[in-house]
Amino acid sequence: MKEKPILLNEEGLRVDGRKLDELRSIEIKVGVLKNADGSAYIVQGKNKIMVAVYGPRELHPRHLSLPDRAVLRCRYHMAPFSVPERKSPAPSRREVELSKVIRQALEPALFLEMFPRTSIDVFIEVLQADGGTRCASITAAAVALADAGIPMRDLVAAVAVGKIDGKIALDLNHLEDQYGEADIPVAMMPGLNQITLLQADGLITIEELKEVLELAKAGIMQIYKKQKEALKSKYIGSGEELG
Amino acid sequence: MPVFFTQRQIVAPGDLLAEGNYNLGNNVYSIDGKIYSSVLGLAEIREGRIITVIPLKGCYIPKVNDIVIGKVVDVGIASWLIDINSPYTGYLQVTDALSKPVDITKIQLRKFLDIGDIIVAKVIAFDLMRDPQLTIKESKLGKVERGSLVEISPVKVPRVIGKRGSMISMLERELDCEIIVGQNGRILVTGKNKARELFAVRLIKMIEKEAHVTGLTDKIKNIIIKAKKEGVI
Amino acid sequence: MAKSEEIIPIIKKKTIEALLGKNTRIDGRKLDEYREISVEFNVIEKAEGSAIVNIGNTMVIAGVKSVLGKPFPDTPDEGVLIVNTELIPLASPTFEPGPPGEDDIEIARVVDRGIRSAKVVDLKKLCIVPGKSVWALYIDIYALNHDGNLMDASGLAAYCALVCTKIPKHAVENENVKILEEKEELPIQHEAIPVTFAKIGEKIVVDPCYEEELIMDARLTISFNEEGKICAIQKGGRGMFTADEIMYCAELGRKISREISEKIKRMLENAQST
Repeated sequence: MKEKPILLNEEGLRVDGRKLDELRSIEIKVGVLKNADGSAYIVQGKNKIMVAVYGPRELHPRHLSLPDRAVLRCRYHMAPFSVPERKSPAPSRREVELSKVIRQALEPALFLEMFPRTSIDVFIEVLQADGGTRCASITAAAVALADAGIPMRDLVAAVAVGKIDGKIALDLNHLEDQYGEADIPVAMMPGLNQITLLQADGLITIEELKEVLELAKAGIMQIYKKQKEALKSKYIGSGEELG
Repeated sequence: MPVFFTQRQIVAPGDLLAEGNYNLGNNVYSIDGKIYSSVLGLAEIREGRIITVIPLKGCYIPKVNDIVIGKVVDVGIASWLIDINSPYTGYLQVTDALSKPVDITKIQLRKFLDIGDIIVAKVIAFDLMRDPQLTIKESKLGKVERGSLVEISPVKVPRVIGKRGSMISMLERELDCEIIVGQNGRILVTGKNKARELFAVRLIKMIEKEAHVTGLTDKIKNIIIKAKKEGVI
Repeated sequence: MAKSEEIIPIIKKKTIEALLGKNTRIDGRKLDEYREISVEFNVIEKAEGSAIVNIGNTMVIAGVKSVLGKPFPDTPDEGVLIVNTELIPLASPTFEPGPPGEDDIEIARVVDRGIRSAKVVDLKKLCIVPGKSVWALYIDIYALNHDGNLMDASGLAAYCALVCTKIPKHAVENENVKILEEKEELPIQHEAIPVTFAKIGEKIVVDPCYEEELIMDARLTISFNEEGKICAIQKGGRGMFTADEIMYCAELGRKISREISEKIKRMLENAQST
């Protein structure tokens, strides 16, 4: 049986040297896939995730479409080489659940009523996983949707907050998720102050939940800023070259 | 009534643009008197009261009376299915294509329009509950026999047309060609001189890429003049 | 299974919303009122444990089977817990036959998380020979009638089935495991009780019935242990919550979970005395 590692040292630093309220490094690239209508690639800590958006497009078979709005479909999938022990390419129950919660985290942000009888498809491929992949996926997916020109109320940004060695910590990596006492993924539309994803695993008190939501919001505001910078920098960069 | 952006500033979904009694243009929405952008694009205030955002990207949603350039993708019993570069596929009924009444049991629709044919059409009906209905019966509409087809992002079409058609008429004049601009992002260039026709296609792609640059019409005109001087076209 | 979306008439939607505006619900309940819960324990003698839970007209059955098996490689001294849920066609005209879909899987995983995080069963006590032989507990949950809030009904059914589960005693001779005739109770050490809320417009109601679920904007399930600590949370639906709304649900949910816990204890006592 593996020994539980020390998640917080005497200086209050985590296994990767971060403070409790510190995010991992985040880099977001927009429009990396040319065939997709919108795309984004995120590197958050050791997470490497690619997201493509296709749509709005005609939905086949017709009976799956809705008469008054677009159908949002979402596929979260982990590549077999994304984790230390090769993962079977067949969708696991976890991937099925995550596809659903990610879809429901993004849906409130989209003006789906503008495109009845169509589908908007979000494809998420986790190329390397190190904890908090559903949150990083949501962050990248929102950027890809904006890149596709799909009208949105706001971007959606997400981060997982947890409890390690009794303390509330921001942006858990895989080790902290595995050996910590709680893992709470949170997604928000930051500009509207609305929570669109909330899950919890582990044990926390109601008072701790309040602290979790506050810390999540602080982390999400930083991620939100990065999303906007990534989107706007793509625009500034384009069209500068002469024909 | 505060405005929180400078003219033609880049904005992202969720950016707060203004607060107060403004008119809503395109790609914006309001909650409690606050106006937000819904897309990534350039924010503008027009006539001092309309807040609008010009999107960087977007798909084509048909409007009645739009001219579109379509491609026949399927032939039915009394209609053709037309790809109009939109999430919605267009329908062209036989009665909207042929001026003389026909007996559909006796004639083959494929003789008139076959899969792969390009048409210039007009949208005559569309209301989000049904697919768009097209017609090719009016003048200047119909099957395309010659010319060069270029496809750009539908949101860039207004830039290719220019203010009061300034960009398009300049291109037609300088390059001796006829340019039909489909609202769906497809543009047909027909010229007597093939070299100038293809040059026009290149320029249209450049206009798409530099849509946000100011003074673009003059810049393009100068490129044409230079190319003519150098004998390229 | 695939679920088809039933379209609720606009008139009905407006009625529900209007009633909520007056702080009542379509079935006469108050916004923070839970439907009547009844539990039957040990309904399936051939299972090691079982329970049928009724919340109003919603009916769910859970059965527990214990199987001798190998432990997971990273927890060689712990038993195994596997939760499965199926929303079968007999429970609702909107359930179609087929393998478990995203809704079935979501319920199973949320119920599993609650039970696991609360450590309802001391998995270490299910270890027989470390690294080789442990008890695997399969909790299979089947919806029998869908009238809303299958999440809570499933979670309660799973918990109640575990609480009355009896697994065979065993004897170990030279690493050979012998299953005995005699049975012993499962080592239950904590509770896991889910409470689900639905957000309809600006109002939040607890334990949504079928029609409320059809029109709800978002759903929030919070599971509590016997100390009132949270052992699982799952937001569902295509809507959203503010942080204040979530804290409101957490406070109210804790109170309701205690009431449900007391009810279950009384029902279990009645069942055991007969």
